[in-house]
Amino acid sequence: MDEEDERGAVFWRLERIGYRVGQGLAERFSRDRPRFNDTLDVIKFLCKDIWTLVFRKQVDNLKTNHRGVYVLTDNAFRPFARMSAETSSQTLIRAQPFLWFPCGIIRGALAGLGINATVHAETTQMPTAIFQIKTVPAKS
Amino acid sequence: MASSKASRLGEEYVWRTRMDKVNAELVVLTYGAMVAQLCKDFDSDYVKVNQQLDKMGYNIGLRLIEDYLAKSNTFKRCSNFRETAEMIAKVGFKIFLNITPTITNWTSDGKQFSLVFDENPFADFVELPDDGRAQDELWYSNILCGVLRGALEMVQMQVEAKFVSDVLRGNDTTEMRISLIRYIDDELPPEDD
Repeated sequence: MDEEDERGAVFWRLERIGYRVGQGLAERFSRDRPRFNDTLDVIKFLCKDIWTLVFRKQVDNLKTNHRGVYVLTDNAFRPFARMSAETSSQTLIRAQPFLWFPCGIIRGALAGLGINATVHAETTQMPTAIFQIKTVPAKS
Repeated sequence: MASSKASRLGEEYVWRTRMDKVNAELVVLTYGAMVAQLCKDFDSDYVKVNQQLDKMGYNIGLRLIEDYLAKSNTFKRCSNFRETAEMIAKVGFKIFLNITPTITNWTSDGKQFSLVFDENPFADFVELPDDGRAQDELWYSNILCGVLRGALEMVQMQVEAKFVSDVLRGNDTTEMRISLIRYIDDELPPEDD
């Protein structure tokens, strides 16, 4: 297995484990709150409640194009707090795998609350992490 | 007696003030999802899953001992294995998992003991796979055995740690057996050529 495939396999596993965790978290912690009105409501729940549960802080910035794309920016992403490598480009590459589990959590939590989405994450400057959520419109 | 009481309060204090906390449900769900993924990866070969969990724990233990020494208020080397057992149960498990397993079933030579877990935070909401084999083969919390093995190896003790019963399997207790194999002598680093 070459490096590329291996990275793919690791991504796939971490993302799936995260997905399961996200589903569970959404189920347990949305139980006693009022019903969600719309997708934005759910995204806010993700940015505030779920993020605090997992990373002990809220998402710093939320942007949306109002057409189903949401961009979450965490300026001090917890898992990156104590990371560094020799060069900054190396740090970014080696930090990447730590975004995959959280991607799964987001996708799983949203799925648990009835929203299908694809999630993509990147970091261009440690310790900032940017998550892009593209919701898949429900077939009507 | 007085000193042991003071030290118990100490652990409570260390746990409350020095340890970073993480949501318990997050840990339970993450550990569970990870074990489930391993069962899938190894095609329900639970012997291999146990081995893998132990290995993961071992790698955690090698590093965790550092954190233990930094955060716990233990300044001196344990003078015997009984003392080591006390430290594992009352300091280690307390500050990392906020539980204190019971130490019991010592052998007369003082080299083997059991830890009995009245509570196991990993096992909340858990049901083992209902395939007629997991109940007999999977040690769900096996990662803990690896953690102890790895951590103790870094402080010159080679041990064997394994579960002998688990309430998840339907046993009355969850019991881990720990045996001291030997104290590892300090070895000189290989000479530079």
